[in-house]
Amino acid sequence: MIRRVFTMLLCGLLASPVLARPLGFDDARHLLNRTGFAANPPEITEFSSLTREAAVARLLGWTARAPAVPAPDWTQMPYEPPPRLPQLSDEARKDYQRQLIGQGRDLKAWWMAEMLTTTSPLTEKMVLFWHNHFTSSLRKVRMPLLMYRQHMTLRRHALGNFRELLHALARDPAMLIYLDGVASRKGQPNENFSRELMELFTLGEGHYAEQDVKEAARAFTGWSIDRDSGEFLFRRALHDDGVKTVLGVSGAHDGAAVIEILLARPETAEFIVAKLWREFVSAEPDMDEVRRIAGLFRAGAYDIRVALRELLAGDAFYAPRHRAGLVKSPVDIVVGTLRQFRMTVADPLPYALAAGRLGQDLFAPPNVKGWPGGATWINATTLLSRRQFLESVFRSNEPGMAPAMRMTPAADDLRGRQQRALDDLRFDDVAWFAQFRGAPGQDWQRVVLAMPPVAAMAGDDAAALRLAVQDAAYQLK
Amino acid sequence: MNRREFLAASGAATVAVAWGAQPAAAATTGYGNVLVLVELQGGNDGLNTVIPCADPAYYALRPQLAIPRGQVLALDAATGLHPALQPLQALWQARELAIVQGVGYPDANLSHFRSIEIWDTASRSNEYLPDGWLARVFKAAPAPPEYAADGVVVGSGMGPFAGGARAVAITNTEQFLRQARLAQPVAAAGSGALAHILKTEREVAQAAAGLAGNHAFATAFPAGAFGNAVRTAAQVIAAQPGVAAVKIGLGSFDTHRGQLATHARLLQELAGGLLALKSALVELQRWDSALVMTYSEFGRRATENGSGGTDHGTAGAHFAMGGRVRGGLYGRPPELTRLDRNGNLPHAVDFRDLYATVLGDWWGMSPQRALGGRFQPVGFIRT
Repeated sequence: MIRRVFTMLLCGLLASPVLARPLGFDDARHLLNRTGFAANPPEITEFSSLTREAAVARLLGWTARAPAVPAPDWTQMPYEPPPRLPQLSDEARKDYQRQLIGQGRDLKAWWMAEMLTTTSPLTEKMVLFWHNHFTSSLRKVRMPLLMYRQHMTLRRHALGNFRELLHALARDPAMLIYLDGVASRKGQPNENFSRELMELFTLGEGHYAEQDVKEAARAFTGWSIDRDSGEFLFRRALHDDGVKTVLGVSGAHDGAAVIEILLARPETAEFIVAKLWREFVSAEPDMDEVRRIAGLFRAGAYDIRVALRELLAGDAFYAPRHRAGLVKSPVDIVVGTLRQFRMTVADPLPYALAAGRLGQDLFAPPNVKGWPGGATWINATTLLSRRQFLESVFRSNEPGMAPAMRMTPAADDLRGRQQRALDDLRFDDVAWFAQFRGAPGQDWQRVVLAMPPVAAMAGDDAAALRLAVQDAAYQLK
Repeated sequence: MNRREFLAASGAATVAVAWGAQPAAAATTGYGNVLVLVELQGGNDGLNTVIPCADPAYYALRPQLAIPRGQVLALDAATGLHPALQPLQALWQARELAIVQGVGYPDANLSHFRSIEIWDTASRSNEYLPDGWLARVFKAAPAPPEYAADGVVVGSGMGPFAGGARAVAITNTEQFLRQARLAQPVAAAGSGALAHILKTEREVAQAAAGLAGNHAFATAFPAGAFGNAVRTAAQVIAAQPGVAAVKIGLGSFDTHRGQLATHARLLQELAGGLLALKSALVELQRWDSALVMTYSEFGRRATENGSGGTDHGTAGAHFAMGGRVRGGLYGRPPELTRLDRNGNLPHAVDFRDLYATVLGDWWGMSPQRALGGRFQPVGFIRT
């Protein structure tokens, strides 16, 4: 079945004459910037000569599974059950809380470092996409090790199979804590996970009844965590093994059976494809196309690459009306800017915190619905914070700021680390502009901006570049 | 243009006829009356906020979570406040605190996101409206052009302003003004995303011009995020000619687990913040032209759950305070013997009746147009 769908897909692609043509510079830039972080001229040039199909195949073929940046040491240590806080002395409690905050920052810094250096930006984009779909937050889970393990599960399946991903997340310990499944038992089912499973993870609002939520909650009773290992544990004695009816299907369902019921519904594939569309193509999905792609996604046994391939090679993705139509996320702004301008980062934590100040705090989405994204990334506060961030990274190489003259704050002082991180940034504008010489038709504005600037550019290249990153067009991708 | 001229010039606002012993100036309507909305994010447990402390059913449904009768701050024989709300007692005694019980809507939706959307857009349960209810109000009757904005959101989430109001979200006024120099008001349209950015820039520039100035309050604002939000709201109201509405928020009230301690802490923050807000408004001589009102996506399940918490519910109690609020209990006490098949409370007052109170009694406009139906002011404004 999968092979048949794939063959059909391939034939369809090959039969279409437009796809035999190479992408050209602007389409290649568009593809790379939507699926990654601010592509540089050599990558764009390389992709320019590929057909849509070959370019997408190469992107999907590149997706790495293991992060290249080593995870914090403590992630490899055995799990320790959290202490019972009321039993700790004030001092011990403070130490423990400091440790939690420190480990949370380690995770943010680690992921930021991976995004800044990865050779497969699409992998990171998809991990971030699923982090925003199957949300959990350090603020509620309060166990960084479990958040790390959840992150690795998201990473393992990020470009794999949605069915496996969903089953894995339903028994993920951080998720069990985040949505209160851990406290759900026979006779007293907690509805939190069950409701979000239907509303946010699979069907979408309006495709289930209140009674389905209640019944499904019973099916997940007893799904818990082993206190000693921090691993998933099924507590049979706490499980309600009675008959439940979910979406009209009756049986002595357990959680896995409920998930299969949800996966059998066409709305689930449509919900996921529409969300991928909003991530990669445009703010308003074309529902006919979404249904078509969702059909292939389901028929392809929920292979995430099937859906991505259709979205990224489709006409809608390259349509002129969708160019510069998406707002960059805070991570796009921070990571994209540092990568675009080849600024080397020694300490990634301040940049993870910068993304947080712009509204995208890694490992801590605002609520179970995740970051709403799109136009909502921009309001009066965040627009100004974005501008300020961009101004500060370019201020770093202004003359008259000899490093020796600056304060050298203590290493554990966050404000000091932020200042030093900015002080240490170097933008080598001479070398950066040099890459555009001798490459006809490739001026830097076409690389840096998704559309012509709104305000007039003035001055030499260096001055114009500063205006370009402050321009409204720079906020778009 | 002073307030009276604005009222005369603006077709939407009318000057209500003063009656009784009230001096005429105190009973005006229009945007000179500021609205402060306080969102209790996550779904506040109305039953443990305004407590039916004489109802045995309350104690039967909540063996772990019920507030013992002896600790409840009595309002009358049947009703009392959570002890953490002690700072509100003075307001109650001054008859400046209205408590509306049983606020909800028919066919309640138990999803946080959908239900707050219903509240924010003032829609029916099965109706999807694109704009916030205040956005619709300001679209039809904008605040005068010299106002810094129609509204300011302290924090994030445009909520009732989403989709059309001239509203800005800020964290605090000083920081906002410092950064506002980076906005470039360019008049241009384009893609939806670009148009949104350019509109935001223009609003920033105008709000910055309007909110300049830093009032030195004698009021001590509580520490913490909510205290800071209250301070910022007071700064915004202090600026002239200011704004018509401000939204602040506090959370998370989503107490599925271990509710007692969390809820007490949140209510304490709420009450401390509201008291400071009153003090600041009195300092500004705006207490008589300010209406402060709470809202939340839903109340919580009448029966406690097995995790020492409560699940998503329906109707809840809400507060309104101000110098011209007629203090007292409104709505109906929780009918704990009339729970629906999900174990949830019936509502007694539609949340759009609260909005109708703002529109009709506070701003002097017809509630019907913005609310798309007939809703009755609750009657807690002294007109």
